[in-house]
Amino acid sequence: MRPERRRAFVTPASRPRLRRHVRLQFDPVRNAWALLSPERVFWPDEVSLDILRRCDGQATMGEMVSALAAEYDADEREVAADVTAFLQEWTDNLLVTL
Amino acid sequence: MTDDLLPPIGMLAELTHRCPLQCPYCSNPIELMKADREMDTGSWLDLFDQAADLGVLQVHLSGGEPTLRRDLEEMVSKLSARKVYTNLITAGVGIGEGRIEALAAAGLDHVQLSLQGTNPGTTELIGHYKGGFEKKLETARRVRAAGLPLTINAPIHRHNIEEVPRFIELAQELDAERLEIANVQYSGWALVNRDALMPERAAVERQADIVEEARERLRGVLNIDFVTPDYFAIYPKPCMGGWARDAFVIAPDGGILPCHAARTIPWLEFERFGEFDLAEIWANSSALNAFRGTGWMQEPCRSCERRELDWGGCRCQAMAIAGDAAATDPACMKSPLHARMRQFAEIPHQAESAGFHYRRIGAKPV
Repeated sequence: MRPERRRAFVTPASRPRLRRHVRLQFDPVRNAWALLSPERVFWPDEVSLDILRRCDGQATMGEMVSALAAEYDADEREVAADVTAFLQEWTDNLLVTL
Repeated sequence: MTDDLLPPIGMLAELTHRCPLQCPYCSNPIELMKADREMDTGSWLDLFDQAADLGVLQVHLSGGEPTLRRDLEEMVSKLSARKVYTNLITAGVGIGEGRIEALAAAGLDHVQLSLQGTNPGTTELIGHYKGGFEKKLETARRVRAAGLPLTINAPIHRHNIEEVPRFIELAQELDAERLEIANVQYSGWALVNRDALMPERAAVERQADIVEEARERLRGVLNIDFVTPDYFAIYPKPCMGGWARDAFVIAPDGGILPCHAARTIPWLEFERFGEFDLAEIWANSSALNAFRGTGWMQEPCRSCERRELDWGGCRCQAMAIAGDAAATDPACMKSPLHARMRQFAEIPHQAESAGFHYRRIGAKPV
């Protein structure tokens, strides 16, 4: 038997990455980035894209937050709250793994 | 051409109508095509190229049973090379040794496996195929061993609605990431078998509670999609996300349809791929333009605030129950025929074990 799957929770040490069956790719027909997953296509906005592109399994959530806060010149605590909520939702939807 | 024309995102490719199973709710048309009417490999590959050029991002390789096409690996390779997301929709019986692995190597992205029941008895009652259950479980294991993500699709009706909790457990045991609890849509074969399939209201209500509880409990573990039962609904579904809005179906012979049941609307004429390019058909087909957008709507749809949420519901259901494909889907409580649709669901069913019209090529029921 496989180990039972459990819900994963985002922490600053998480190293999120897109699941193997999820693809982020540029669509030249619509001139936009598309995220392809089983049965669904998502059209992430600019902020979501900035987060998803950093989900490479290398960077920790904490590092992502620092980088994003610097890039957007925003308060790190606010960015951390937004990114955590975003990644938790995407993890719960089985699009991102931690 | 209309102002509502967008490039298509999804394509459901019915590669063949051949299938080892005979499920009495099959979404294929009543008049099934034999193998000699299927498009050849070259035409399919050409179609996939044109689809990718047009903007299609996801192709659902379906049937019948798509693995009966020996050129399936070639198709997957082509789509993968064009960066199109491929989803194999299979019954999971009779798949030869090494086939799943070969499809994975060709670049297949995802597999959706249908389960008719959670035990051999129900599975054989519905699929009419001996030993089907064990073969399906074996297919699920091979899919996961090949590293492919798995969705379990469970069409629900009165003969398996009490198995919903077991479907939820089984999906987890099979290491699926998604489970579709899909109440049967009553068109085509399912409409013929409606009285033998329709669940009772109390069971439908229990099912909704069970799914809601499981979704909460299994958040982040198993995604459960719930396709609600139209006959017990108050609003219709946005069938296909709107008629020819961002998805279409291609039949084994290359016929381009807005949905798999559209041939039940007798006055529509469908073009075939090969007679015209895909882009031309997508833009100019009279059948695709018949109910595109909202311009075709009558009241109560025309002034309804939900018209761009549910797009008037299902045209084929309107045809089947209202006798008018442009009517409001009778699943909607605003339809004057909503009460009649309710009656079809509330009629006590004596047909407990009564004969299904099993889906078979050449077995068109009278």
